[in-house]
Amino acid sequence: MSPLPGYLVLSSFLFAIGLAGALIRRNAILVLVGIELMLNAANLNFIAFWRFSEHPEALTGILFVIFSIAVAAAEAAVGLALVISIYRHYKTTNLDQVNRLQG
Amino acid sequence: MSFSFSLIAAVTAAAAVAAVGMRNLVHCVLALTLAFAGLAAAYLQLGAQFVGFVQILVYVGAVAILIVFAILLTRGSESANTPMLSKGWISGVLIAVLVLGVLIYALASSSALPRGIPPAPDIAVRQVGDALMRRFVLPLEIVGLLLTAALIGGVIIAMQEPKKPAASPEQGRAQRGPTDPTTHSHP
Amino acid sequence: MSETLDQIFVLLKHWLVGLAPAAWQPLLSPLVSIAAIILAFASLFALTTIMERKGLGRIQNRLGPNRVGPFGLLQPVADGLKTLTKEDIVPRAADRAVHFLAPLTLVVPSLLVYAVLPVGRNMVLVDFDAAVLFFFAIGAATELAIFMAGWSSRNKYSLLGAMRAIAQMISYEIPLILSAVTVIMAAGSLSTVEIVQKQSGYAGWIPNWYVLTPWGFAGFLLFMTAAAAESNRSPFDLPEGESEIIAGYYIEYSGFKFALFFLGEYLGLFAISGLGITLFLGGWHAPLPFLEFVPSWAWFFAKLLAIIAVFIWIRGTLPRLRMDQLMNFAWKFMLPMALINILAAGIWLRMSPGMARWVVCSLIVVGPYVMLGRGLAQGRNLEKRRYRFAE
Repeated sequence: MSPLPGYLVLSSFLFAIGLAGALIRRNAILVLVGIELMLNAANLNFIAFWRFSEHPEALTGILFVIFSIAVAAAEAAVGLALVISIYRHYKTTNLDQVNRLQG
Repeated sequence: MSFSFSLIAAVTAAAAVAAVGMRNLVHCVLALTLAFAGLAAAYLQLGAQFVGFVQILVYVGAVAILIVFAILLTRGSESANTPMLSKGWISGVLIAVLVLGVLIYALASSSALPRGIPPAPDIAVRQVGDALMRRFVLPLEIVGLLLTAALIGGVIIAMQEPKKPAASPEQGRAQRGPTDPTTHSHP
Repeated sequence: MSETLDQIFVLLKHWLVGLAPAAWQPLLSPLVSIAAIILAFASLFALTTIMERKGLGRIQNRLGPNRVGPFGLLQPVADGLKTLTKEDIVPRAADRAVHFLAPLTLVVPSLLVYAVLPVGRNMVLVDFDAAVLFFFAIGAATELAIFMAGWSSRNKYSLLGAMRAIAQMISYEIPLILSAVTVIMAAGSLSTVEIVQKQSGYAGWIPNWYVLTPWGFAGFLLFMTAAAAESNRSPFDLPEGESEIIAGYYIEYSGFKFALFFLGEYLGLFAISGLGITLFLGGWHAPLPFLEFVPSWAWFFAKLLAIIAVFIWIRGTLPRLRMDQLMNFAWKFMLPMALINILAAGIWLRMSPGMARWVVCSLIVVGPYVMLGRGLAQGRNLEKRRYRFAE
């Protein structure tokens, strides 16, 4: 029995936690934290399937994760810039109060 | 299931729970960093050396610091008595539990699990670089473009708005007056 | 004879491990190496503190510590005893857990990176494929420790110091890594052992070190400048600027925790200087062929001490930069120069050996250097300052 299920369960758990964080927290920054956790959970799945696949020398899993990390970094930078911009406009990062479409 | 994996999994899962569940935002980010480090350890255990170190370099060294900066710039670490959960948090929890249930169900009925353990792949960093420069060169270029766009976009979004228009930060604060709890910390 | 002397620490370790029962040996072998590394670099730390205080005293026309032991050489022992017996004060408002963890998270990564530094022939703790990447990845973790220290103290000076330190370290990390990329391109490997291996041998009298190429020379200067900034050394010591923000992120630390910060900072400096030696200065190789009888580890530590001496000299000579100067220097000078340097290294590796590539690569490095320097100096009043009131 390979340890693959262990990694998959861990990854599912992380994904659910990230989803819960993104849905239930009020602060915009913590919503981003939840999204980062979900992305990381997906990355763990890629690496686990790469390791226990028939042809690990194809490197597809690893390269997908590298690109995913780069995209996640870009996402974090733009997302946090947006949060700062929102804060400057509304004086809050509480998502329940940021509900007007027009400034 | 080996002892080291159980340890890594327990630490990572606990850190992830702490990252979304703690009240103080800075504590959340520190827990998140621990979760990132735990994931990096999991990658190393799976034999993906390069990805493990890139994970530490990018997430612990850059993303966590970025989030910390955002927290301090938005003064979020001082929100002591505002409620921390959003209005519809019960439905959020329900959705998350539902998703977890579906994922676990799909895992339990999956055909991929009973496979044996293949021999550990010995992947040199040179091979990863080779693949990046030959087979995956187009995605690499696109990611480079994306990162440049994100850099410029981030700077433009976060740049100070011009002072002249009516919705400048100073005026907004003056209109709200000193009773507003979010405004009194600016000297 | 010189062979034995060269390998004396390796032989000593094998002998020591051989004394233990066979079952323990795989566990004991790395432990002995780790103990040796910690011992060597901790005593280097002690030596450096006394060297630094003496040297700075020399530069500033005073004596420096000269009371404890002969020539004041036992001063580090006295300092160590003092910090150990001091009261450990934690501010009442501080975040206790984070305040406690911060010095540990600084020292542990600083020690971890020594695992990949080859300090002599066959003297490296682990030799693996991604060693340089490991070094930078673990080194990046110290930024978080500095933030933890500054934030958890609940002191505006320490928070200011931490924010300065993080902004500075993030900005200078980019030129640091980019200037190391040139060597990785030339050596074709991320393994420190292999990089040192590639720099062995001599062309006539001249060693095959990467610093003795146009891109290597520029890369070495960029690397050491970024290294000084990365380890918060003067003239980049804004994070702890005593005259403006008292001591930066470790104001609220006392006793042994303060000593840990001090230790972590110096360990980081040694590690990054050691990496600079490994990447550009030929690691443990001798500079001249007839000097090869001197043991390899002696060369490594001689180079390390020389670099530390230069750092002390710079600290005694240059004034502290301003924050905007610091950022401008990183983003408008170091980063473009590092990128151009990568281009120069690429062209160097493509061209056939000979005079032509020396000329081309030197021009590629020197031209932008002059242009960038002029561009940065433009519009800035760099003449001798005239005092309006004091004349």
